[in-house]
Amino acid sequence: MIPQAFDYTAPKSLDEALGLLAKGAKPLAGGMSLIPMMKLRLAAPDHLVDLRRLKDLNYIREQGAAVHIGATATHYDVENSAVVRGKCPLLAETAAHIGDVQVRNMGTIGGSIAHNDPSADYPAALQALEAKVVLKGAKSERTVSVADFFVDTFTTALEPGEIIREVIVPVEDSGTGTSYQKVAQPASGFAIVGIAVRVRKSGGKIGMARIGVTGLANRSYRAAAAEKALEGKAGSATEIQNAASLVAERVDVNSDLHASADYRRHLAVVYAARALMAALARSA
Amino acid sequence: MATTITKPETLVGKRIRRREDPRLITGTATYVDDIKMPGMHYATIVRSPHAAARIRSINTKKAAAHKGVIAVFTGKDTQKVGPVPCGASLPGLRVPHHHILAMDRVYFAGHPVAVVVATDRYVAADAADLIEVDWDVLPAVADPEKALAKGAPAVHPEWPDNVAFNYHQEGGNVEKAFSEADVVVKQRITSQRLIPTAMETRGVVADWRPADRQLNLYSSTQIPHLMRTLVAQMLGLEENRLRVVAPEVGGGFGSKLNVYAEEALMGFVAMKIQQPVKWIESRRENFLCTIHGRGHVDHYEVAAKRDGTILGIKLHIIQDLGAYHQLLTPAIPTLSVLMMPGLYKTQNVRADIVGVFTNCVPTDAYRGAGRPEATHGIERMVDVLAAELKMDPAEIRLKNFVTKEQFPFPTATGLTYDSGDYAAPLKKALDIVDYQNLRNEQAQARKQGKLMGIGMSTYGEICAFGPSPATPAGGWESATVKIDPTGKVTVMTGASPHGQGEETTFAQIAADELGVNIDDILVLHGDTAVVQYGIGTFGSRSTAVGGTAVYFALQDLKAKIKKFGAMLLGSDDVSFSGGQVICNKTGKSKSIQEIAAASYRAMKLPPNTEPGLISTHFWEPPNFTFPFGAHIVVTDVDRDTGAVAVRRYVAVDDCGNILNPLIVDGQIHGGVAQGLGQALWEQAVYDDNGQLVTGELMDYAVPKAHMMPRIESDHTTTPTSVNPLGVKGVGEAGTIGCSPAVVNSVVDALAPLGVKHLDMPMTPETIWKLIARSKS
Repeated sequence: MIPQAFDYTAPKSLDEALGLLAKGAKPLAGGMSLIPMMKLRLAAPDHLVDLRRLKDLNYIREQGAAVHIGATATHYDVENSAVVRGKCPLLAETAAHIGDVQVRNMGTIGGSIAHNDPSADYPAALQALEAKVVLKGAKSERTVSVADFFVDTFTTALEPGEIIREVIVPVEDSGTGTSYQKVAQPASGFAIVGIAVRVRKSGGKIGMARIGVTGLANRSYRAAAAEKALEGKAGSATEIQNAASLVAERVDVNSDLHASADYRRHLAVVYAARALMAALARSA
Repeated sequence: MATTITKPETLVGKRIRRREDPRLITGTATYVDDIKMPGMHYATIVRSPHAAARIRSINTKKAAAHKGVIAVFTGKDTQKVGPVPCGASLPGLRVPHHHILAMDRVYFAGHPVAVVVATDRYVAADAADLIEVDWDVLPAVADPEKALAKGAPAVHPEWPDNVAFNYHQEGGNVEKAFSEADVVVKQRITSQRLIPTAMETRGVVADWRPADRQLNLYSSTQIPHLMRTLVAQMLGLEENRLRVVAPEVGGGFGSKLNVYAEEALMGFVAMKIQQPVKWIESRRENFLCTIHGRGHVDHYEVAAKRDGTILGIKLHIIQDLGAYHQLLTPAIPTLSVLMMPGLYKTQNVRADIVGVFTNCVPTDAYRGAGRPEATHGIERMVDVLAAELKMDPAEIRLKNFVTKEQFPFPTATGLTYDSGDYAAPLKKALDIVDYQNLRNEQAQARKQGKLMGIGMSTYGEICAFGPSPATPAGGWESATVKIDPTGKVTVMTGASPHGQGEETTFAQIAADELGVNIDDILVLHGDTAVVQYGIGTFGSRSTAVGGTAVYFALQDLKAKIKKFGAMLLGSDDVSFSGGQVICNKTGKSKSIQEIAAASYRAMKLPPNTEPGLISTHFWEPPNFTFPFGAHIVVTDVDRDTGAVAVRRYVAVDDCGNILNPLIVDGQIHGGVAQGLGQALWEQAVYDDNGQLVTGELMDYAVPKAHMMPRIESDHTTTPTSVNPLGVKGVGEAGTIGCSPAVVNSVVDALAPLGVKHLDMPMTPETIWKLIARSKS
């Protein structure tokens, strides 16, 4: 549990940080994944650039029709922010499920999604929210959808030298019901299955349904077939069940010590139905 | 100087807050890793990544040349150090020679092969990565049943059958009992390997003072004195030249009731480098290299009459020992045999144990040590029998209990149960849950397809280890009580509390006996240079045995105080109460302070009396104690996911007299947490190659606060006559009572689906599969 030697810089500006990252340094935010990996000597970066002191990255603000969340906003910040709770409550609800109090106080949204653990909580919500991620390099800045950002296990669209600057989440229309339902792995607290749902009704019919899934596969995803099955439906128990049963369709499901592929697939269906029920109950 | 206020109020039996807590809560306690010494070096241990392998060669050159490294040692260097000791003896026991560093072969993943010593712990860890071992990897076996199969890899080549011992015990006439039975029920019951997971991992600081020929060893241990005797032997050092200190110890649960290779190894290193050295175990090392608990595969048969009367019990235990015997490894399953009848009258038992070597870290004592396995077995079997006979589980228990008129009760396994009223806690627990209504509610729930379970366990345990002839290292405990010239009191106990709260309970005893303020009492422990020889803290013994030693030392002291008081008052007719010796005729009195001052000033002494106020007592217990209790658990099983929710947890425990209800509640809560851990979440999983798959807290699921139900704790009080305090012990009760109650509850919930038994941990997936199977 002793890492190898490394250099450490806490830069004063984002530009300084990006300059160091361009030279191959590794960014450090809350350190909730990187530091344990270093202690186990599974990761051995030569140079860490600590982003936590950069004010440019630590904010949560409403801007136009979206909430902008700086990369180093902690899970605690997201969970308790009046803006997030008011404007995109699904994300606040999801943040409350991450790890434990200590992890939520240290871990950051940027660090979490850059690490892209396939069992992390945020990706389910961000998929359902159709969020965008702003990636910044020394000379460039680009915005990608989360659907494109989460590429594979521990792999994202981040290029070398790039960091996450912020996450952009659309302000939720009033009347949308949302819910995050999760089966936590009992040791780590990571999601064996996590389902984030947004639904909106108009004229008694479901006009919009978004279902983000984490924990099930190599990457988070939107369960498009299940979403489609709900559109135009009233949301009866049978309709929910039918839609939920599609949530893991054509998905190569993970299997590990804590849940076999069959069980995970089954849990995904059960929890999709539960998340849909809860979200519908909260919708206007 | 503050004056001691005399107070007639007694403290024993009161909820006194723990006096050790302020330093723990404020982070100012000194654990091993808080110790810093001038010139201190750091050790990292290189461990085998393989469960079984031959070492062709070890190249230490690069590591030794690494800047900051001052020494590297391998098994060749340490081979003259004595073996890691096994204190248990059984007829025909095969004892592998357990070198502190591997010689030419390793036997489990994590086996220590070399130690790197450097100026700081980072350098030591870097250099450890430079050690090159040429391995010849061998087939391994990690499962005790597979290890017994023909053709299994031999853990120790000299014993190809992997059998370390066979043990047989029998009482009464089992064959006759079984031949007269109306019904015989059989069940295979496992008690999975568990990782004790003390909050503080192990750690050692060794400080060799060559000019004084003195080795100071600071170790996170439950048994400083036994360690001193055994490590001195291993190192070839005179025992009086070794001082062992157990500083603050952050939990043990039995895992620190041991002498490990690292303790002698650090002594060896310090003596070689002539500088202090520190080794702190990482969590991963703790999982790989500190003993595990349980590891049973049990086959039970219970014979009974149709009316539910239990006639006899047969038990066959396959004990996973791991690769070596640690201090008590082979003895643990014999405790299961001793307690196999539980609280029941039957006089006909037969047990066989086969102790099996596997390529895993050794098993040894873990909270309950053999008794949780026994209780789990018999309490499951009683439910299996009740289900077979369609009897209520409470009714069948009440029918078979040893009755309160039968004490002291000789058991079929050769024990004498001291005192008990086994029906009392069960009846109380049934009242608390409103059992009949609960069963009615369950019947309604079942009609709606809900899976609601009610489970109980009525446990008995063996505590207060114990009479010396029945223990491996002496079963007495020691105490010294001294009163300073200013009247302040110091209690030195040979027990070595590490979370049990004896700094508080022993102070309560002393305060009441001497009639002084509890703040005037200091309790010292855990340092062999300060405290007279003692045995240590384990087996729920410290209060029942160590507290009794304190009590008797206090009686001696009180007699001496009276003598001095009588002299000072000029009267033979005196009494001692409230911290005063009082002349019964004149009412004049002398305070304990005045008497203490006079005893040391010694201007005048009572006849045949030495100056000073100090008394030491070694108390040998005439018997074990046998606490008992009843736990009732109400569960709801989620039909869709198999998840178990504990709706109610009622624990009615009888540990004899209660010195401090706050501490007893804490012990029950902690014990139940560990029992729930076994029932629902925890298991050490090795793969077929002997790799520990649950090697991190990310994969090994100890219960966390949010996973715990509210525990409704209550008591009955049946004092023991074994000791004058009437206390029995409570450190392990919660764990022992818990797991069968939880499993019985979940099996009860699933009974409508035809489920008759579940092994632990009862994961949601296991239960979901059973539910799914019942549908198809």
